[in-house]
Amino acid sequence: MSMINYAAREINCKIVYYGPGLGGKTTNLEHIYGKVKPDTRGKLISLATETERTLFFDFLPVDLGTIRGFNTRFHLYTVPGQVYYNASRKLILKNVDGVVFVADSQVERMEANLESMQNLYDNLAEYGYDVTRIPFVIQYNKRDLPNAAPITDLQAALNPGWEPADVQRARITPDPYHAGENLVDQLSSGEWVEKAPYFEAVAINGDGVFDTLKAVSKLVLKALA
Amino acid sequence: MTNPGAATWSFDEEDLAALTQTVDRFLADTGAHSALIADRAGQLVATMGRPLSFDPTVFATLTAADFSANDQLARLIGETDFTTLFHQGEKESMYVADVARRLILVTLFDNATPIGLVRLKMKPVVEELTAHLDRAYTRARELGTTQPNILAGAGDEIDELFNW
Repeated sequence: MSMINYAAREINCKIVYYGPGLGGKTTNLEHIYGKVKPDTRGKLISLATETERTLFFDFLPVDLGTIRGFNTRFHLYTVPGQVYYNASRKLILKNVDGVVFVADSQVERMEANLESMQNLYDNLAEYGYDVTRIPFVIQYNKRDLPNAAPITDLQAALNPGWEPADVQRARITPDPYHAGENLVDQLSSGEWVEKAPYFEAVAINGDGVFDTLKAVSKLVLKALA
Repeated sequence: MTNPGAATWSFDEEDLAALTQTVDRFLADTGAHSALIADRAGQLVATMGRPLSFDPTVFATLTAADFSANDQLARLIGETDFTTLFHQGEKESMYVADVARRLILVTLFDNATPIGLVRLKMKPVVEELTAHLDRAYTRARELGTTQPNILAGAGDEIDELFNW
C-alpha cells in the first residue's frame, strides 16, 4: 500500500525481498546500503540472531529521486527465510507494493526455492494479493557457483508463467532485459503466458543487485501511474 | 468508519495540520515531550513536539513491526488486538496507540510525566484523530474520480528516473 504524503511531498512504497534461507536477501540490502549515497538512504536495520540469521526483518529506506516534485522513497525489507519463521514473514508482507524473489541458484536448493515460492503465494493470498497482479521480479542469485543450475531449469521451475490478467496484456511483449526473450508470449497451443522479469545475480559482488532494484521500483511506480 | 481496504492512500496539508494540532495539544496537556505518527505499514507520517534525536523513519518501521507482532500475540491469547502498548524505560518511556487500525500514535515522555495522565488523555485524542481520518477519507471518496493522480501519464518520467 503506497502512501502519498502531499504535506511532505513524498511517495512511500514498500518492497519485500522474499526467498529461501541463506539465499542472499540480506546481502542485496547490504550491497545497496554500501553503494548508494549516504544522504539518500537511512540506516540499515537488522533484527537478526547472534549468528546473523534474519529473525524478523532487515530494513533499508532509500530515496530513488524526484518525480513531479515528489520524492520517491522506497522502504526495502527482507523476510527471514527459514521455514519456521512464517508468522514473521507474513507480517512483513502486509501492505507490500512490490516483491523480489531471491532464488538460490544452487541445484541442491531447488526444493527450498520451490517451497519458499509456494509460501509466498500462500502468504500473499491471505492478504488477498495475487503475485501475478502485483509488481514482482525474480533474482537468480549465486550465478558464480559451480553447482548453479542452468537458467532455463530455474525459469521452468520458478517462473513458468501465468495467464495474463486481462486481454489487453495478451500481446507479444519483449523482455527488455533479455534480447530474444518475451515477457508475454503465445504458445503453439494458442495460449498466452506472462512471466515475471528475471535477473541473474552474484549479490555478494553486487552483480545484478541494482538491476533488480531498478526493475521492481519502476514496476511499482508504473502501477501507480 | 475509515476504509482499511484502500490500495493507496494520501493526505494533504490540511489533514496534517488537523492531526498536528490535536497531538500538540495532547503533548501540552500531558507534558510528554515528543510524538510520532506512522501508518500501519511503518511509513512515517509526521513528528510533533521536541525534535527527535534519532532517525524517525527507522523508528516508525520498528514501531509498526512491534505493533503487528503484538497483534498476533493478542490473537494467540484470544484477543482481537491490543490497542495500546506501553514500554517503560529507566528515564524514557513510550506509549503507543492504534488509531482506527490505520495509524499509530507514539508518545515519548520522561519520568516527569505520569503514565496515568498519558493513558487518561490518550483516549479522547485517539477519538479526535479518528474523526480527522474519517473526514479525510470521506473527502477522498467524494473527490474520488476528480482528484488528479499525480503520476498519471508519467510513464516516460518514470523511465527517466531509472536511467542510471
